[in-house]
Amino acid sequence: MEVMNETVKMSAKDTFLSNFNLLDFSFDESFSKDIRSAAKNTIKGLEFPTSKVEYWKYTRINKIIKGEYNISAPEKEVEIDLSVPSKNCIVLINGFYSEELSFFESEVGVTFSSLSEAKKNSSALKDKFNSLVKKDEIFAQINSAYHQDGAFMHVSKNVQAEEPYYILNFVDDSNILSNPRNFIFVEQGANAKAVLKTIDTSNTGSFTNMVSEIFVEKNAHFEINKIQNEADDSFQIATEQVVQADDSTFKINTFTLNGAIVRNNLNIDSLGKNTMTYLNGLYPLKGKQHVDNHTYLLHREPNGESHELYKGILGDSSTGVFNGKVFVHREAQKTNAFQSNANIVMTDSATINSKPELEIYADDVKCSHGSTTGQLDEEALFYLRARGLSKDSARAVLVNAFAADVIEQIGVEAVKDEIEAYIDLNYQGIK
Amino acid sequence: MIIIKNLHASIDGTEILKGINLEVKAGEIHAIMGPNGSGKSTLASVLAGREEYEVTEGSVDFLGNDLLDMEPEDRSRAGLFLAFQYPVEIPGVSNINFLKTAINEAREKRGEEPMAAKDFLKRVKEKSKLVELDGRLANRSVNEGFSGGEKKRNEIFQMAMLDPKLSVLDETDSGLDIDALRVVANGVNELKTKDNASIVITHYQRLLDYIVPDFVHVLYNGRIVKTGPKELALELEERGYDWIIKDLEEVSA
Repeated sequence: MEVMNETVKMSAKDTFLSNFNLLDFSFDESFSKDIRSAAKNTIKGLEFPTSKVEYWKYTRINKIIKGEYNISAPEKEVEIDLSVPSKNCIVLINGFYSEELSFFESEVGVTFSSLSEAKKNSSALKDKFNSLVKKDEIFAQINSAYHQDGAFMHVSKNVQAEEPYYILNFVDDSNILSNPRNFIFVEQGANAKAVLKTIDTSNTGSFTNMVSEIFVEKNAHFEINKIQNEADDSFQIATEQVVQADDSTFKINTFTLNGAIVRNNLNIDSLGKNTMTYLNGLYPLKGKQHVDNHTYLLHREPNGESHELYKGILGDSSTGVFNGKVFVHREAQKTNAFQSNANIVMTDSATINSKPELEIYADDVKCSHGSTTGQLDEEALFYLRARGLSKDSARAVLVNAFAADVIEQIGVEAVKDEIEAYIDLNYQGIK
Repeated sequence: MIIIKNLHASIDGTEILKGINLEVKAGEIHAIMGPNGSGKSTLASVLAGREEYEVTEGSVDFLGNDLLDMEPEDRSRAGLFLAFQYPVEIPGVSNINFLKTAINEAREKRGEEPMAAKDFLKRVKEKSKLVELDGRLANRSVNEGFSGGEKKRNEIFQMAMLDPKLSVLDETDSGLDIDALRVVANGVNELKTKDNASIVITHYQRLLDYIVPDFVHVLYNGRIVKTGPKELALELEERGYDWIIKDLEEVSA
């Protein structure tokens, strides 16, 4: 008879979760501690998804969950270029709030602070925190259980915030595991913009698991620009849970510039009457990057309108995934929902998996969806060169033109400039 | 200006040009006519540097440079301009911005400063007037949603902006109504100086009522088979190409 191996092998999940053993949350507020315990319990009943699950079919997460990680605030002094065109900026480093680097000149009616600060003071947070997070999403639950800190933004009724509010999430060491958690509450009639940016200055192997809950109340307007610039070998899973009340406008622009594996779960789960929603994304990929955008938009009430536009430029042996689902509830008559995904595949070894989906249960709606994939137009390239543009310039011009309608959607001038500059810089030299 | 010697070119293994000889001097306008499939557009494409065509023999000297050895953009910067038979629509690329880039890249190559914004705009205004191109079209995406006539006028507008030494007009007149034709021809005539030259490729004699050539060449089966003064175009209009082809066959027989 064979001798059984007596060593009890820890499951991948347990090994991953053991990373959090050293975290101490004793300082936390009691309502938040309750949420953490509940999430830990929920996690017990969940497993990491495999590619057999439709929702994760094209994105394998083995590399992410099998990484060796540290959870630590940086020991050395962090040197970061904070040329942020705003008077308000929250800086997180490795998932921890940096009081030193954050700065504020708050406007009347806007509360902008670390999440841990808000947990002590904000009744809105106490009421709503974690209410949008899905019970069956293991990564979101892990964030609920083990988040260190994050940004809190509360725009009071009818306040028109002038400047964009910046949330900068820096990863400054190698192999850092962090769970940044953001909470944004835009009250009735208010108007604000934010920039949520992840910058990975580490060398390698970090995993950022970010969750943001966003509440846009009646007749409020909110725009968030998300820039993901991870290190070449780092990972990010970002989950946004959004609710929109009647007559509100919500816009999210997602720019995924770098990272080995980046997965975005954008869920706009409940829309009131007469809402306007814009979801835009741009993923200019290179190397072996893998970027997966999953979006879900539920039109629950009548007269809503949504515009979704995701564009990919896939270079080298990168892989893009787009899965956008628009669900129109049978009550949601007169819904206008438009969804589009377009991709340029620059090489033979780049791949795109695109799946636009519409599920409609109302009978008086206007909905469309489409997906296109192609290469740079050779005729257009020759035309531009025949007028004296170099091959590289001509390519850059065409890539810029392709990306332009997404970039035009950006309501923060500095972000627009940054993305344009990134495209210019990265597509001059492509072969 | 340009000396084409024994030029042979093929596409996908089929020989289209079978020994073209042509010299164009500064101040001259040459018309190239010929029946469909004679190689007119291939000649234009080879001169502009389209990569699908393979030059198998011959040489092209352009202002002392080996044209066939140059990238399309370098040909343009050296002063060659091709007006496309079918101008491409390029959504999202501003007509003006791309011209500014083209002009300034060429200037940079020559070691010159970029053109001042004021001068550039002045030139845009002046040249769009020349071809009666609506200012709004000049600012739109390249050819996007333009009518056939607008596209051709945009070609001549770009030609005016780039101020080439040698322009090759590839069937610029095809499909144009008489008003558009007049505007396009007028643009070409206005731009003519003693220092530049044009090769006008056309299927119809009509264009040559407006752009008066110094020489008319007949291209047939990949070769120039007849060259004459401007009156040759009229004769071709009246008698077609058959008599030339017949003469040819008799000679070779």
